[in-house]
This record gives sequence, structure tokens and C-alpha cells, in this order.
Amino acid sequence: MSLFREIGRYVLFMRYVLRKPERLYMFWQNLMREMNLIGVDSLLIVVLIALFTGAVTTVQTASQLTADTGILPPSFFPMSIVGSVVGSSSILELAPTITCLVLAGKVGANIASEVGNMRISEQLDAYEVMGINSAGFVGLPKIIAGVIMIPCLVIVSNFLLIYGGLIAGKFTGVVTADEFTTGVRSSFIPLYANIMLVKAFIFAFLITSLSVFQGYYTVGGALEVGEAGTKAVTRICVLILFADLIIAKMFL
Amino acid sequence: MIELKNVNKFFGERQVLKEIDATFLPGVCNLIIGASGGGKSVLVKCMVGLEVPTSGEVLFGNQNFHSLEYEEKKELRKEIGMLFQGTALFDSLTVEQNVEFPLLMFGNMTKQERQDRVAYCLNRVNLSHAYGKYPSEISGGMKKRVGIARAIALNIKYLFCDEPNSGLDPLTSRVIDNLLAEITREFNITTIINSHDMKTVLDIGEHIVFMHQGQKWWEGSKEEMKAAQQDNAELRAFIEASV
Repeated sequence: MSLFREIGRYVLFMRYVLRKPERLYMFWQNLMREMNLIGVDSLLIVVLIALFTGAVTTVQTASQLTADTGILPPSFFPMSIVGSVVGSSSILELAPTITCLVLAGKVGANIASEVGNMRISEQLDAYEVMGINSAGFVGLPKIIAGVIMIPCLVIVSNFLLIYGGLIAGKFTGVVTADEFTTGVRSSFIPLYANIMLVKAFIFAFLITSLSVFQGYYTVGGALEVGEAGTKAVTRICVLILFADLIIAKMFL
Repeated sequence: MIELKNVNKFFGERQVLKEIDATFLPGVCNLIIGASGGGKSVLVKCMVGLEVPTSGEVLFGNQNFHSLEYEEKKELRKEIGMLFQGTALFDSLTVEQNVEFPLLMFGNMTKQERQDRVAYCLNRVNLSHAYGKYPSEISGGMKKRVGIARAIALNIKYLFCDEPNSGLDPLTSRVIDNLLAEITREFNITTIINSHDMKTVLDIGEHIVFMHQGQKWWEGSKEEMKAAQQDNAELRAFIEASV
């Protein structure tokens, strides 16, 4: 019962958030600020995670392909397969899902705490008393900024995952750059890129809207603000994984 | 003028406001006093629209606030200023930007006109030296004064103050009280102050509403209050405990 109540509350909340902004100039200012916070400030962590994940995936895939299992000879597969596996899994899964799970922790917790803090310090009430739709004023720029910037981060992450794999393959000697590149190119299917973008948009919306929602309905004090952040991240992660499965089933 | 007609408020089964009737006049400091848990804050929240009364009317002039359409409410709210207990200043904005905020949102002023208005409001609360500071960099008393400056930035008709003296030393409390009284008379606004500070009552209270257990227990002027406490045990107990 409480799940349905929560879903209903979320839908009603989104009706207020997705209203036309009262002042476009203020909305634009807030949007730029949020794009900077969500996008530019998250770039470093995304770069690091993508490079290392790509590198690890390459090394582990190569290791599995060359392992002597007793069923197939170790040199049975051409090493370009490493590029195929890393390329496809990066586009389909690693870039959108891993990046968004990381951003759920960074961006989601940040937004939920910020909005929760605004709630307990009566800043949201101050907007309402002034006649400003507080849910829309605070929430809409964050959601739009997330929906613009997170897919951009996912695209960057995808390139760096593959690049990280290429570098790791070259320096560890498990696969040459030519073999890796051939593998990536041969396995590329444009549909996968579309799926990656669909996932990125949906995950971005989930991350930002749920964290704003969680923060907006914070009741209590500092302890509850912390709880709102934790709750937001947990719910976002579960929903990202669930949505990931649904999208995969729908498109593949 | 603000008029309350038979205002009731329930939270679930619990009734926190019981049949409140009151009138708050412009140009005078209207005080709502009473012990904690007496319903003062809920009453103020019902008046500014942060809570909806279960029944009854809140009339601003002749407009019943809670029966207005969304856009009409928005228009009326531009005439309402509020000083929150915790000041509710926007953390990410400087003092200047906090005061400029309502002008940017609702005013149709040029940049120069906005700057002049911000300068006027900050001068009025004696804060012309704090323009570029953030709320975290100023004292509690200064925050309250910025809150007042922000509230009067637009030409408001109604000013609500929730515990304006909470967390302030006695000297700063008097500064804030005097400032509120001066602004009320200067701009002829309907000021409603929610307080349990008897010093505020004695200094600036002109029309007083005493709340007890969610009911309007007594209403009158400061002078009448002194006489009324003889016959009103709850009022007397509150005054004796406060002084």
C-alpha cells in the first residue's frame, strides 16, 4: 500500500515540477549552474571509472579467452574478439549503467541533501510564500540539466572505456592495438548506440527526479537530510537496474 | 486588513486550531502570543498559505485566500512578505542577491532600478556594508535584518514574522522589534508577529491575540491586556511566566 502511495505522491509531485518556469531568465541561470554541478563537476570521476573499467574488462576478457580450460585450445579465438567484447559491453552496459550508478551516488545524494536542507531550513517555504512554485523552481533545472548532461557523460564514458581497454591491451601485451580496434569496429551495431542513449536519458531522469522528490519531502532535521540522501541513492540504484532489464528486453 | 473567520485546522484526528475569529489591522503591530504548542505557528501558516485550514476563511481585504485560483493566489502572494524563524535566506546567494531575488522574479525593473531598490532596503535595515557576504558569513541578527529587507523588497501590504527574536540576544531583539514597528508604520502594512517574548509585546504590541490550546483565548490592546489578566488565569500565567 505504501508503495502505491509513494508512486502516487511522486506522480503528483512531478506535475508541479514539470510546469512552465515562472521566469525564464532565472530558470536559465539555475539551469547553467546545475549543468555545471551535474556535468562538469562529475567529469573527473566518470573519466577515472571509465578508463579503469575498460582496462580491467580488457585484461580479464583476454585472460579468459587464453585460459587453458581443457575444452578449447588457448589460441582458438582470434584476439580481436577482446575488442568486440569490450566494445559491445561498453556501449550496451558498462557506459550507461555503471556511469549512472556512480552518478546516482554522486549527483543523486548531492541533490537529495541539498533539497532536503532547503526544506528543513524553510527555504522552500520562503519560495512558496513569495508565490513561487518551489517544486518547479528547484526541481526543473536539476532534472533538465541531468537529462542533458548525464547522456553527454555516458558518451564520454563509452569512448574512454574503449580507449582504456586499448591502452591496457597495448601496455600489458594481451592484445595489440590493431586487433583491438578491428574487434571494436567489427562488432559495432548502430542499434547498440541508440540503446545506450535511451538508457542514459531514462537513467538521468530517474537520478535527478527521484533525488529531488526524496529531498523535497524531507521532514525533521539534519539526520533526516542524511537519510533522504541514502534513501534516494538506494531507490535510484534499484530502479536503474530494473529499468536496465526492461530496456534490454524491449530493444534486443 | 486580514480577517479570520471561524478557522479550524485538524491534523488527522487532532484539532490544532479551534474556531478562530480575529481581525488584523494595517499600520499597527499585531501580535499573536501564547505558549509553545498553542497553535500560533499553524495559524500563521494557514494565513500565508503554507497550510490549508480544514474550514473557515482567511480574508486579505475581501479576498478569501484559500478559495482563490492558483494564479490569483500567486498575485496576492506578491503582496505578502515573511520573516521566518530561521530566516530562510538562500544559502547560495549573497545578501544583495537575496534581497534582489523577489525583484528579479516579479518586478519589471531595470538593473539600475533593482540596484537602487536593494540599496534602499539594505540601508533601511542598516546593512549597507554587507552586500557581498553570504548568509553563512553574517550573524543571526544580521540574517534577520536581511530577511526583513528581502520581505519589503517588493511593495508588500502584509508582513508575517515567525518568532523574529528567537536565537537573538536581548539587545539585538530590541533592534529587530523597533525595526519591525518602524517599517509597519512607515509603509502602513499589516504586520503580524508570532512571538512569546513579553518584551516584544510590551515594546511594540498594539493589537494582541493570545492563543491557548488552539483557541483564541483573548484579544485586545496592550493596555487592555494588563486589566484582562486579572480575570483570565491562562493569560496571567503566561505573562507571569514570561516576565
